Amino acid sequence: MSAAIELANVCADFGSFRAVDHVNVTIKAGEFFSFLGPSGCGKTTILRMVSGFIDPSEGEITIGGQNMRGIRPNKRPTALIFQNLALFPLMPVWENISFGLEVRGVDKQTRRAKAEELLRLVDLPGSADKSIAQLSGGQKQRVAIARALAVEPKVMLLDEPLSALDLKLRQHMRAELRAIQKRTNVTFIYITHDQGEALAMSDRVGVMSHGKLQQVATPQEIYNRPANGFVASFVGENNIFTGQIETRNGTTATFRTGCGTFRALLGPGVTDTTPSKLYVRPEQARLVDAPPAGANNIPVEVADVAFEGNFINIQVRNGDGRALVIEARNDGSTAVPPPGSRFNMVFAPEQALILADEAAPAQGRAA
Amino acid sequence: MRDLIRRYGAPLAGVFVVLTAFWLLVLVILPYLYLFENSFRPYLPVVDIGGPKDVYSLNNYLTFFESPIHIYVFFVTIIYSSVVTALCFAIAYPLAYYLSKVATSAVVPTLFLLLLIPLWVSEILRSFAWFIILALKGPLNYGLMGLGIIDQPVRWMSGFRSIIIGLVYTYVLFMLFPVYNAVQSLDTNQIEAAEDLGSPWWRTHWRVILPHAKPGIASGAVTVFMLSAGSILVPTLLASTTSRWFTEIIQQWMFESQDWNTGSAYAFLLMLICTVFVTLVMRVFRVRLSDIAK
Repeated sequence: MSAAIELANVCADFGSFRAVDHVNVTIKAGEFFSFLGPSGCGKTTILRMVSGFIDPSEGEITIGGQNMRGIRPNKRPTALIFQNLALFPLMPVWENISFGLEVRGVDKQTRRAKAEELLRLVDLPGSADKSIAQLSGGQKQRVAIARALAVEPKVMLLDEPLSALDLKLRQHMRAELRAIQKRTNVTFIYITHDQGEALAMSDRVGVMSHGKLQQVATPQEIYNRPANGFVASFVGENNIFTGQIETRNGTTATFRTGCGTFRALLGPGVTDTTPSKLYVRPEQARLVDAPPAGANNIPVEVADVAFEGNFINIQVRNGDGRALVIEARNDGSTAVPPPGSRFNMVFAPEQALILADEAAPAQGRAA
Repeated sequence: MRDLIRRYGAPLAGVFVVLTAFWLLVLVILPYLYLFENSFRPYLPVVDIGGPKDVYSLNNYLTFFESPIHIYVFFVTIIYSSVVTALCFAIAYPLAYYLSKVATSAVVPTLFLLLLIPLWVSEILRSFAWFIILALKGPLNYGLMGLGIIDQPVRWMSGFRSIIIGLVYTYVLFMLFPVYNAVQSLDTNQIEAAEDLGSPWWRTHWRVILPHAKPGIASGAVTVFMLSAGSILVPTLLASTTSRWFTEIIQQWMFESQDWNTGSAYAFLLMLICTVFVTLVMRVFRVRLSDIAK
């Protein structure tokens, strides 16, 4: 069972500070949706509004078609997994998991059976009588998931639940969470500042900054077609060039920068007067000896090379000493350019984006 | 010890150790030992002390068990001390919860200050204040009648009422602070997690907050109980014609009868039985001594 969630014009104010600013998004039933953004961008506030700990200052949240205003967390069809998990350390594992059922007056035998069943689902059989302190980080994670699933929520809310785990475990739990979501078909709303997590797990991602939703799209679109400069620079690496549009030609334009004038694709909503910059991903740029005629080209000198195994990270500088990055895939025979050698950095116009800067954050309460 | 020397240097560390040892040995252990030893010796005229009649016996302790009125007063003291402890908890727990989890950090220091100010006034003055407040024609009755809550003045200074009120007032903070610390240390996320899982507020308190606060509650309860049972000032000042506190009997032995030997025996009995009682109650509530020390 799952439910769709709709956020309509949702704002959250703390005093004169607007933490969430007119967020509009519909999350489909059964979807794995992530809110991605730096700390303080308002994503946790959104989660707390959906779970019911705070009500929106403006706008409405509906879950499964029902307006949630004034409904306390204990009456909502949501289950929240806290960043620190918030397991009850004085209860054994099975009582933790079945707490939500205990609250609903389910008898002890049924509760115990349900807890055992959920422990099998999260791949932790035989741990029912352990104390929370006996569990490892990953096991606690699973218990927290089981505890949330026990109440059969229509919506599962996860507040950076993997951030405390080490890298290996985190990667493993990503796949695990995704699998559990597919198995249970519950709507997942996942909060994270880790772009890798958001891209790898989600059906769709909402990128947030300063309380505003910057873009809602599939992971591929977020990465390949960022809506604005903030999304482009927050998700993945970029060579960023300041400058202005010189001439427009349909969906493309020429953009004059301190490193030269380049042809590039126009991002959404970019006009001649919008403050904008040029973004080129390191893996979209190449180093060549002689640039093809008319290509976007910057003469550079190799400053430093980091061989990472599957790719090679090349730091270069142009004539003015401006630092740029190029990432080359290693196919086994890719040459590693020696520092000091001179090349031309080229990139295709269709892989360079002119993107509008993020709109300035609202100062205080919007009128 | 090595840590202490490294941090403060040998001379200062030595001063700390000597002072602590002096306090413990000379001011606590030796007087207790002196009274303990005396409690086994008979009360004799000065000339007979050290003489043939000065032999160890349990006679002073037997005096207690042979006087039903003393036994009665003793149990009344234990029972009403328990009542005081329970009332202190009933007042302190909601207050502690409010201070640690509900009140904003801006008002908490002010509230604590308001709670602490009465402590700056000496206990004897506070007890006299209650004596006035609770008088038959005192401000409390006047106020309650003015508000129309009662139409006859209540005789507060009868039975153990005034003593209970006075003891609760005097010792409630000894309950509040450990309970506050315990509730404060609970991760607020756990309270929210319980609510998120559908728990009504009372069940969250019963299953999550109270179990977590148990060591603090135990620590506060032991303190309040022991202080109440051992209190002399409040039960004397706020006494009614029918109330007697066990400490008053000890005082009578020591100062009115000048019989320190029997007085000591009574004092040790009070200490012993209170300790046993507290241990039993802790056992019932499944609290360990190490929980309290935390």
